[in-house]
Amino acid sequence: MPQILMPALSPTMEEGKLAKWVVKVGDKVKSGDVLAEIETDKATMEVESVDEGTVTEILVAEGTEGVKVNTPIALVLAEGESAGSAAAPVAETAPEPSEAPVVPAEKAAAAAPSAAVPAAPKFEAQSDPDLPEGVEMVEMTVRQALNEAMAEELRRDKDVFIMGEEVAEYQGAYKITQGLLQEFGKDRVIDTPITEHGFAGLAVGAAFAGLKPIVEFMTWNFAMQAIDQIINSAAKQLYMSGGQVTAPMVFRGPNGAAARVGAQHSQDYSAWYSHVPGLTVIAPYSAADAKGLLKAAIRSPNPVVFLENEILYGSTGLVPKVDDFVLPIGKARIARKGSDVTIVSFSMGMRYATQATEKLVAAGVDVELIDLRTLRPLDIDTVIESVKKTGRLVTVEEGWPQGGIGSEISARVMEGAFDHLDAPVMRVTGKDVPMPYAANLEKLALPNVDEVIAAVNAVTYRS
Amino acid sequence: MARKATATQAKTQPNVPQFSEQQDLEAFREMLLIRRFEEKAGQMYGMGLIGGFCHLYIGQEAVVTGITMASEKGKDSQITGYRDHGHMLVMGLDPKGVMAELTGRQGGLSKGKGGSMHMFSNEHRFYGGNGIVGAQASLGTGLAFAAKYSGDGSVAIAYFGDGAANQGQVYESFNMAKLWNLPVVYVIENNKYAMGTSIERAAATTDFSMRGASFNIPGEQVDGMDVRMVYDAAQRAIEHARSGKGPYILEMLTYRYRGHSMSDPAKYRSKDEVTKYRQERDPIEQVRARLLAGGKISEEDLKQIETEIRAIVTEAADFATNDPEPAASELWTDITIEA
Repeated sequence: MPQILMPALSPTMEEGKLAKWVVKVGDKVKSGDVLAEIETDKATMEVESVDEGTVTEILVAEGTEGVKVNTPIALVLAEGESAGSAAAPVAETAPEPSEAPVVPAEKAAAAAPSAAVPAAPKFEAQSDPDLPEGVEMVEMTVRQALNEAMAEELRRDKDVFIMGEEVAEYQGAYKITQGLLQEFGKDRVIDTPITEHGFAGLAVGAAFAGLKPIVEFMTWNFAMQAIDQIINSAAKQLYMSGGQVTAPMVFRGPNGAAARVGAQHSQDYSAWYSHVPGLTVIAPYSAADAKGLLKAAIRSPNPVVFLENEILYGSTGLVPKVDDFVLPIGKARIARKGSDVTIVSFSMGMRYATQATEKLVAAGVDVELIDLRTLRPLDIDTVIESVKKTGRLVTVEEGWPQGGIGSEISARVMEGAFDHLDAPVMRVTGKDVPMPYAANLEKLALPNVDEVIAAVNAVTYRS
Repeated sequence: MARKATATQAKTQPNVPQFSEQQDLEAFREMLLIRRFEEKAGQMYGMGLIGGFCHLYIGQEAVVTGITMASEKGKDSQITGYRDHGHMLVMGLDPKGVMAELTGRQGGLSKGKGGSMHMFSNEHRFYGGNGIVGAQASLGTGLAFAAKYSGDGSVAIAYFGDGAANQGQVYESFNMAKLWNLPVVYVIENNKYAMGTSIERAAATTDFSMRGASFNIPGEQVDGMDVRMVYDAAQRAIEHARSGKGPYILEMLTYRYRGHSMSDPAKYRSKDEVTKYRQERDPIEQVRARLLAGGKISEEDLKQIETEIRAIVTEAADFATNDPEPAASELWTDITIEA
């Protein structure tokens, strides 16, 4: 390496001033010796020698301004090395600094984006498994369904454990973990201190090492303290490691508004987490989906954000009594087939949507109602197929409107079924305000059945 | 029963542990590999071959070398922040793979998708390579949790700097680690500057070995420029953790010769300060002097090692320069695992 090149001090530096030579021709230098000082408008730095040798020539004089990066500034020859071997500087084989960044087909950027960037692989959702003929259906609450799902998976796999605040001795702040401590013991059902950031990170580390943690957040509101570990450590890990290290785990707990708990305890994080590649995001409504999807989440090799809802914990539904009821992640469920209008919702939004559907059907509107169940990967195909049939779409969610799930669906339907739309897509969402405490204001801030009906009337031009 | 943190004791500890010639040679070789590798990385950054952030470990080589010599390779897990090249080299990861990751090429340890701050190896039990300051303290505590849960007898070693030592999650982790007596050694690499902010300007108490005191976690302050002191303290700490007594804190008093990252001119400290460390405390020169003083190793012998190391680094640099960039199709792989 006889040629010393003008170094770049930062990713953006293109040229600089050779402020000072610290060595002169004839000096012997070794690794780490300072050769020169370089100045830019921001900083001064030293150029160090990487090899041993003798300074045989100084190519750029002290005080020269505007020396371009990678210009040879001196020759340092090792013992026995001749200037002739300096002929092929390494820099020639290097890409220009401006080309080094990641977009491999940068030169094609002027062409259509599809030519420059390879298309994302298509996600294909599996459909629900066929249930055996005459299978017994058991009525249970969402709470019981979640509890059964965890108990069954804890029985099935000793690498599964659950940790969180009050999950063990207290039996769960919302009693989702009731009885688990008694059956599985304190090594696998673990009460944590109130340290979301710390125990979320700890669980991700345990997942790196091969365990399958279930992290319960008492509510997702408190997980904002831990969101760095969920996104930066868990979600991005597989990609950053080139496929080597993953975090097979579930983060779960109640999400969204409870009742009269005010702004800091009433937030819907569906859109937040669904934004993040690397995460799987599930938000079930029914008891059966809660059970089948939580079991799938625990078995998933990926980090899963599992968004429950406190108000739904006590609602009941029929759950098939089979040995191992696991539902496919990423598959929406058509809750009612219809042909006039499509309503898409998930989690608590399904309650408003279901009640609105009943009233609309009674009024003669043939509603198709879709429960997304999984928010990432989003089963947009089911939505688009429905819109192709109905031509009209209303989305319902409790979260805020801007950048919400409804906004995303609206955009994707516009891209995928624009010619089939007979009316603009309408979103029914939580209002664009922090959650108020007063009972009347809270009611106003949340979506309601009348708003869903009004939106359907608008897109079907009925009102 | 916790050992009282010995803030001043270590600095004046009269009984410097002795290394065999073999140990000195091993330490010399490992530290020199880091030094030469990092010098080359700095040079390649200057040539535009390495992009973004690049944090060099030059000056701190004795820390990771002494700790790793005292650990069980392939069994004990290690995790650190973004100043991670040295850790990987000492743990036995392929220098070609490390350098090619720095240049963002397909043969990089993360296929070029991680970069300088994000490399991992399940096989070597190295878990990064983490870019968020302090995150590795919690993650490392989780590695220790897994060790205890599975009973595999391993110890987790979590490195972080004096800057990260002020992050809240570090103390959340300390609390849980001691509460559950997890086998973790926290190595605080105190190089005196969190980017450009000196410890005096950032820390209410600058003796980081005491930071576990309120959790009853023993701590020691160690001369992190002397690989023998590092090794000796690491043996104590790892044994403590492995025997079920819980976490242990080692504060390594060390120094980075270069700026925080390549674009940092390090104006916040005096040239004299840097020169003093390099001339009087350099971890590699200490070992070199000891080996030569022993009489059995000659300048020629050390030169031979230097030549070997230089060949390894040159090979890594050549590979990292000529290896192709990842295929465009890699953009869409490794996002999630198909179940």
